Amino acid sequence: MRANFIFSEVWIGLRRNLTMTIAVIVTVAVGMALLGVGLMINSQVSSMTGYWTDKVELSVYLCGKDSPFPACRESGAISREQKVALETTIKSMPEVDTVEFEDSAKALENFKLSENNRTLSSIVKVEDMPESFRVKLKDPEKTAAVTQNIEGQTGVSNIINERDLLDSYFGFMNRLQAMALGVAFLMVCAATLLIGNTVRLSAYNRRRETGIMRLVGASNVYIQLPFVLEGVIAGLIGGVFAAVLLIITKVALFEGIQTYMAVPLGWDTVAAVITGTMAVGVLICILASFITLRRYLRV
Amino acid sequence: MIHFDNVTKVYQNQNRPALDHVSVDVDKGEFVFLVGPSGSGKSTFLRLVLKEERPNSGAIHVAGKDLAKLSNFKVPHLRRRIGCVFQDFRLLPNKNVYENVAFALEVIGKPRRFIRKVVPEVIELVGLEGKAHRMPDELSGGEQQRVAMARAFVNRPMILLADEPTGNIDPATSIGIMKVLDRINRTGTTVLMATHDAAIVDSMRKRVVELEDGKIVRDQSRGVYGQAY
Repeated sequence: MRANFIFSEVWIGLRRNLTMTIAVIVTVAVGMALLGVGLMINSQVSSMTGYWTDKVELSVYLCGKDSPFPACRESGAISREQKVALETTIKSMPEVDTVEFEDSAKALENFKLSENNRTLSSIVKVEDMPESFRVKLKDPEKTAAVTQNIEGQTGVSNIINERDLLDSYFGFMNRLQAMALGVAFLMVCAATLLIGNTVRLSAYNRRRETGIMRLVGASNVYIQLPFVLEGVIAGLIGGVFAAVLLIITKVALFEGIQTYMAVPLGWDTVAAVITGTMAVGVLICILASFITLRRYLRV
Repeated sequence: MIHFDNVTKVYQNQNRPALDHVSVDVDKGEFVFLVGPSGSGKSTFLRLVLKEERPNSGAIHVAGKDLAKLSNFKVPHLRRRIGCVFQDFRLLPNKNVYENVAFALEVIGKPRRFIRKVVPEVIELVGLEGKAHRMPDELSGGEQQRVAMARAFVNRPMILLADEPTGNIDPATSIGIMKVLDRINRTGTTVLMATHDAAIVDSMRKRVVELEDGKIVRDQSRGVYGQAY
């Protein structure tokens, strides 16, 4: 096997087919980048799900002085005794793990931490913040039964299941991921067809050479390898571009929204995703080249 | 060296066989003309020797190998022992004489040292010394055919197949081509040449196998083209 002979053939092929080569590189780059983004979102969602499931709480808000909630209209503000009674009731439920009381001052503090709107933060007063019990469950899946039991109690204005908030957020992430993966799938299909076409053109351009190679008894590997390598090299270059795009995505997008994510996306994940997408890209190139060669390069 | 035993070849979508129960034996070192009108089966015969086509029935042995039993991935090794020359030369236009000949060795993975040694020898054998660095379009038809012969012979094949090698060349130049083929034959290489050229066949006085409608109608040692005897 003479390596420099094969590589000179590969180089000639890539140069002669420059426009097609560029098309392959761009398609592979975009396709693999989208696939990578999909995988990155996937890993982000799963690590966040794990993180949040432990922390999911039911917030049981209590009636204040002028609570607008219909449940508070008759009873008015919750009294001290009612508060104690409610806490005991909740604690006695078998599904409940811990109960914590959050008073208005603490609520305001938390509100100011998470609220970006300065004007809003400055006009909200302690009296505006409702008091609440933060209820942690032993099994985060069993919120429905607990909610139902607490809902009727006197002094309870409303219950917010944090899981609902997370679910709608995760739903958004999942849709984003599905979209990225869907487009990635289309791009991969396009890349496969493009590579096939490039290899076919290349084989046609060099039919004279391959004809002579066949005639003088060159082995199939010798005849086919340059074409397969052409596809692989174009795929690899596309993969490098995809890696750059993924790093940019990580820096510009994921680090930007990291504050809301609680779990940052690590560089090790990014590295794994890049390796994975590159492997997929090269594999697709090899497969597409081989399938095309079987049809267009009779040996 | 080449042994056809009752070989029949019918191409798809054709009723008439291209070769019809053909049996021929060609010994090592022989020079054989394959003659006959167009469509008589000469090219099919050569393609069967190269295993570019498979016979519908009958057995073919080439260089001691039963082609029916030769697996596909060993076909290249068979072809390394067979050189081929065609009417249309089939040279690579972007390579010079030396590179065209060397290409045949490069693609079968011969070491560069070996190539540097044998290519000039073969170029000299076909009478192109001093023209190694010419491009094909700077050569006459006869010279291009010599390059093609050098390429076919550079790996010292046991068999040389020539499909109308003088078809595109004027009679005076053809004599030179035939001299080269004769020289190659004298090194012990079996030469099988399909041709229309009566003058050449008559002047060489070699064995002649005549095909007509896929059948052998004549097999004569030291024969001539026509049936003028």
